Amino acid sequence: MFHIYCPYCEELREEEEFHPKGQAHIARPEEPDACNDEEWGDYLFFRDNPRGIHHEMWLHAVGCRKFFNITRNTVSYEILETYKMGEQPTITAEHLAREEKTAREEKTDSAQVAEGGQQTVGASDAAVASIKGAQA
Amino acid sequence: MSNSVHVYDARADHATVTAESPLAYSYQRSGMPAPGEASGEKSRAVIGERAFLGHLILRGGAIVLDEALREVLGIGLPGRPNSLTVDADGQRSVQWLSPDEWLLIVPGDETFGLETRLRAHLGEAHVAIVDVSAGQTLIELSGEAAHEVLMKSTVYDVDPHAFTVGTGVTTLFAKTNVILRRPDESRWELIVRRSFADYVYRWLLDAGEEYGIGVARESRHESQ
Ligand SMILES: [Zn+2]
Repeated sequence: MFHIYCPYCEELREEEEFHPKGQAHIARPEEPDACNDEEWGDYLFFRDNPRGIHHEMWLHAVGCRKFFNITRNTVSYEILETYKMGEQPTITAEHLAREEKTAREEKTDSAQVAEGGQQTVGASDAAVASIKGAQA
Repeated sequence: MSNSVHVYDARADHATVTAESPLAYSYQRSGMPAPGEASGEKSRAVIGERAFLGHLILRGGAIVLDEALREVLGIGLPGRPNSLTVDADGQRSVQWLSPDEWLLIVPGDETFGLETRLRAHLGEAHVAIVDVSAGQTLIELSGEAAHEVLMKSTVYDVDPHAFTVGTGVTTLFAKTNVILRRPDESRWELIVRRSFADYVYRWLLDAGEEYGIGVARESRHESQ
């Protein structure tokens, strides 16, 4: 059994009740008429596919039927947080990268932080784990 | 705004057609084992349909709807997610369905009057009221093993200690979804869509077989 926290129902619910709905925080261009084809095409069709931290929209389809956001690690599949529509994530790749950098600087005797080898803006699993711990 | 909303009484007196419950077909086709009959022993789970109730969906802001409902019906919206408020005599209830959506259930003959009074009270407020009475029905499940029948059927935690009285959720049930709620200690209520009522009924008969499930005979026809 795998549970996801719905920020509207305010409780953990069975994963079967949810549907993923793709990348979150995609802003509609302010003036669609002023967009060139590339900008409009990017908006409509092109999505990020990061290795590491990803912000996604999910739908509590059999439940309150509201959309909400999930911050998820695409490597470990771990869900790091869920938050309502209109809110901003508290955990981001930049945030984790910064944490990792600080951790690396603090632990000068090297080899303390494993290299996650993540291609994009993602942070390593170790940094993710430390954030998770700090939040708990 | 209210002028442009077409409101009509779905149970108008001049209607001469006898209403049938969404389960009328199922009772004939799949039967209605009387409680205690099948095994010769007491049924540990009993089904009972409460057909022809008035089901209204309220959508809009919680504050404005709560105020109108208190004024018109004397009960307020449940304040917490996944909760249910029942009035003093247990005939009227409001359930949280989503942050801007509630299900109001009242005796069938009160539906139109209530909708009219709510609309009058709400005036130009940005709300929606939809009479969905014909689209769904309410199935009661009682008996000492009622929660065990539910445990076989839904992913939600229906342990009576976790699913306390006054809880109500929309969740998966078998291969469909239901609104599941617990108005008091002895009863569970399933609100099912008309088109899935037969499926849910037959699922309950099957799942409840080991508990000697029976069907309480209530008024199944409503003359209008
Ligand atoms: Zn929800």
